[in-house]
Amino acid sequence: MSTLLQQLLNGLSLGSIYALIALGYTMVYGILKLINFAHGEVFMMGAYAGYFAALALGVQHAGSAGFPLYLAVLVLVVSMAAAALLGVTIEFLAYRPVRSAPRLTPLITAIGVSLFLQNAAMLAFTPNPRPYPPILREVRFELAGVIVTNVKLTIFVVAMALMVGLTWFIQKTWTGKAMRAVATNIDAARLMGIDTDRVIRATFAVGSALAAAGGILFGLDQIMINPLMGVLTGLKAFVAAVLGGIGNVRGAVLGGLLIGLAEQLTAGYLSPDYRDAITFVILIIILILRPQGLLGVVRPEKV
Amino acid sequence: MQRRQLFSLAVAGIAASAEACKKKEASGSAAGAGPGQGSEIVIGHYASMTGGTAHFGQDTDKAARLAVEQLNASGGVLGKKLKLVTLDTRGDGAEAANAVSRLIDVEKATAILGEVASSLSLQGGPIAQRRKIPMVSPSSTNPKVTQVGDYVFRVCYIDPFQGKVMALFARQTLKLDKVAILKDVKNDYSIGLADAFQKAFVGSGGTIAIEQSYSAGDTDFSAQVTAIKSSGAQAIWVPGYYAEVGAIARTAARLGVKIPLMGGDGWDAPQLFTIGGEALNGSYFSNHFAPDQASPKAQKFVADFKAKYGQEPTGLGALGYDGVMVIADAIKRAGKVDTAAIRDALATTKDYEAVTGKITMDKDRNPEKSVVVLKIDGGKAKYETLVSP
Repeated sequence: MSTLLQQLLNGLSLGSIYALIALGYTMVYGILKLINFAHGEVFMMGAYAGYFAALALGVQHAGSAGFPLYLAVLVLVVSMAAAALLGVTIEFLAYRPVRSAPRLTPLITAIGVSLFLQNAAMLAFTPNPRPYPPILREVRFELAGVIVTNVKLTIFVVAMALMVGLTWFIQKTWTGKAMRAVATNIDAARLMGIDTDRVIRATFAVGSALAAAGGILFGLDQIMINPLMGVLTGLKAFVAAVLGGIGNVRGAVLGGLLIGLAEQLTAGYLSPDYRDAITFVILIIILILRPQGLLGVVRPEKV
Repeated sequence: MQRRQLFSLAVAGIAASAEACKKKEASGSAAGAGPGQGSEIVIGHYASMTGGTAHFGQDTDKAARLAVEQLNASGGVLGKKLKLVTLDTRGDGAEAANAVSRLIDVEKATAILGEVASSLSLQGGPIAQRRKIPMVSPSSTNPKVTQVGDYVFRVCYIDPFQGKVMALFARQTLKLDKVAILKDVKNDYSIGLADAFQKAFVGSGGTIAIEQSYSAGDTDFSAQVTAIKSSGAQAIWVPGYYAEVGAIARTAARLGVKIPLMGGDGWDAPQLFTIGGEALNGSYFSNHFAPDQASPKAQKFVADFKAKYGQEPTGLGALGYDGVMVIADAIKRAGKVDTAAIRDALATTKDYEAVTGKITMDKDRNPEKSVVVLKIDGGKAKYETLVSP
């Protein structure tokens, strides 16, 4: 029983990370109908930004001695800002010039940006895996035979807080409302006087910042980071977005948590060899049975 | 229009620089028509200079360069200078095969040193064999590596012996009855060493509590460690490479698993300690030599290495040094720079005094050597015992 609870807990914290990344996929898709395949690399770059920020602020590699909380928050903010800048730059340089091209063109551009960033990161940071600095001091306690760490709890809490914040942002702020308007009909939104370029820029910035937060949490949870960490994690987060219903914010969160749990339970009870496969089995099943995703709605295609 | 012009200019620029690269390569290979024709003898080295096993390649390469430097300082081999050419495999199988082809075709290597990882030696070996260029793996311990053919050698022991030593150490010295196995299923070395351990451990009356696996490059090990925790194992046999092992140790500590980890020579890198930290205290692994318990020859190597690079060599580094020295010894005994003659000389290597012990090639081109068991304490590996075949 305690083993099952432990696996579920591990799955939830992994799933929260997937959910944070899935939000970026879903937001960009909702507005541009573009699957931003470079999003996994923004997540990776965010993790590296946090890594270098933490080292610059004096966090040692293995020393788990106390590190003040405000510095941990500062690392998070720095990396989210850096990733937001990267996301906006990618949008400006790579996607804006091909925005009016057929849908296949931006998709292939996205794959190109993804490969470019992977290789640039290998060149800049070397392909060697790096141990992530302990931004949070780890405290461990036991609850009914289940080991709970403050890191796992923080991952869950930070992820949930950011998601609640995002929902508020989309529902209540002017920029959020403009985003929803652009998502519904970009041309009508432009006619109503909404600066669509600015809204798209904001979408990329917010999505990328969330991915960077996911990157830092991933580094804390998984101990090591490397330049190819965004490939598989990004793909799984993309599946999570599809599972929840791409374009749907709550669906992305639900999908992320489900994928995290499915992966952890498969690894724990079936075989770790199938942990990556299960995600894609779920993708195939969902595409056959409910292509619009769990929380997605079917919209008739406009002609 | 302007933009298009700029674009074509850029394309022209790239094409021109590619052309320049080609020319450079061509002049580089013009030195000799075949192996050993020029004034120097080229030893090709393919190694993971970057990637998840970067320390293996870097340390082996440093030691190999030290060996070449010392040989050249004492007059070279057969009156010719040795030249070490290193190509990076990035820890990738396809790159390893490419590197060996390039070492033979472009760099005109007379002999080849490499790889550390067994999976990569199994990619490079068949090419060296087909082209009849002798290859010496410094530290690939999987038996299959030298079964590729009669041009492939190694200067380390093999896994059936390494696994057996550690299994008997766990059984007889540590008095363990139940051990969990956690192996890397994408890695020939890890699979072979897990099998060898299991066979000897079960053969001597122990039981395997649970078998778990991961794949190189995985970052999350919590599911496996959680499963092992509930299995009642007294130790975990993790015959993997250092980066993953370090992360596994940290995961185990985080999940409150207090049993020791045990592993093989794939643990041998300082990064093991930077990643694993205190979580590794009380763990054991087998290696090729211990810097603190060494023969005079080994002590000289350690001192020379420290003087040149300002750091301690690993056991894998020591084997890189031995690899070059064994190749040079074979070329000397062959008396000419002829790959077939060098192969024959390598096959008859007998009682060669190397840093990591005496090397005598058996009929399968594997030397019989002792295994050193090290214990980790306070972020350092210390000599525990030595087991001879």
